[in-house]
Amino acid sequence: MSAEGPSLGRRRVMMALPLAGAGVVGAAFWSMLSGMQKGSFNPHDINAPSAGRPVPDFTVTDQTPGVGFSSHDLQAITAPVLINFFASWCIPCIAEMPQLLKLRDRLPIWGIAYKDKPDNAAGFLRHAGNPYARIGSDFEGRVAIDWGVSGVPESFLIAPGGKIVWHGAAGLNNDEVQNALDAALGQAKR
Amino acid sequence: MRRLVFQRGRHASVALAAMLFLAPVLASAVDDPSEMLPDPKQEARAEAIGSQLRCLVCQNESIEDSSAGLARDLRKVVREHVAKGESQQQVIAWMVSRYGDFIRLSPPVTVATLLLWGMPALALLAGIVGAVVIFRKKPQAAPLTDEERARLEELSRER
Repeated sequence: MSAEGPSLGRRRVMMALPLAGAGVVGAAFWSMLSGMQKGSFNPHDINAPSAGRPVPDFTVTDQTPGVGFSSHDLQAITAPVLINFFASWCIPCIAEMPQLLKLRDRLPIWGIAYKDKPDNAAGFLRHAGNPYARIGSDFEGRVAIDWGVSGVPESFLIAPGGKIVWHGAAGLNNDEVQNALDAALGQAKR
Repeated sequence: MRRLVFQRGRHASVALAAMLFLAPVLASAVDDPSEMLPDPKQEARAEAIGSQLRCLVCQNESIEDSSAGLARDLRKVVREHVAKGESQQQVIAWMVSRYGDFIRLSPPVTVATLLLWGMPALALLAGIVGAVVIFRKKPQAAPLTDEERARLEELSRER
């Protein structure tokens, strides 16, 4: 180094380094924030790893006005079935209901009432309509844990043989969720 | 946050009251003392495991700190497994198989998280390298001019 301190080129590098570092950090933040806005990145996503696995071992007892079911029933299906966790106390479930009532014409939907008093769940289905071919009650919320459910509503598409092929951790009244389900359903039927 | 929030509100006032009165007694924020295992050693183990698991409803809290319904259910599961004598590793693996790595408050070391875990060491290394470069190449003062040397001599004489 010369007596006058760092050479000009070196000074430029030393000036540019922190700026470049800040630029990289800024670009990373920008891509995260724009992803959050577009919906392609969500830091709250749980990404429970159930898709691609067989259904967990479980049994849900009868919930009026339907009949309960178990993992054995799902292992025996011959066409895709949608499993839908719902509750009468859950506002997004009420918002999702019209979509489920439409969807029931395309494939059977089996409902599981999550942490819901049987009377409340039955009353909810009486008022909102009943899209479910079979309905079970998970009053303790333990079956939901085995499925990796973190809240309601959540839905799972089950392929023949009892394999989970798709998991949606939001209401089906969301376009993106509905499109993802459509794509999964197309594959499951093939 | 999505969905289970409704359940939380119901317990908020109870939890607040419980915290005010029990905070000095209980180390963790378990809502209900009847949740605790009778064996204090097992309870301590359960708390240590639970405090590493994320409450998936209020996501920056552990299940030990949260009063959400799901957190209470997961605390119960942890205690059942601990009572059966399972290790911390086994309980956490059980949770991860259902909810994925997101349920762990500290992410495991994988290729994707290597940079995250390595960052403290990298930052320290960068600091050391920077410091060494700066301190080794301390710019030397320019030699004195004739005028300055004369002035210096003058000043030394005066002393």
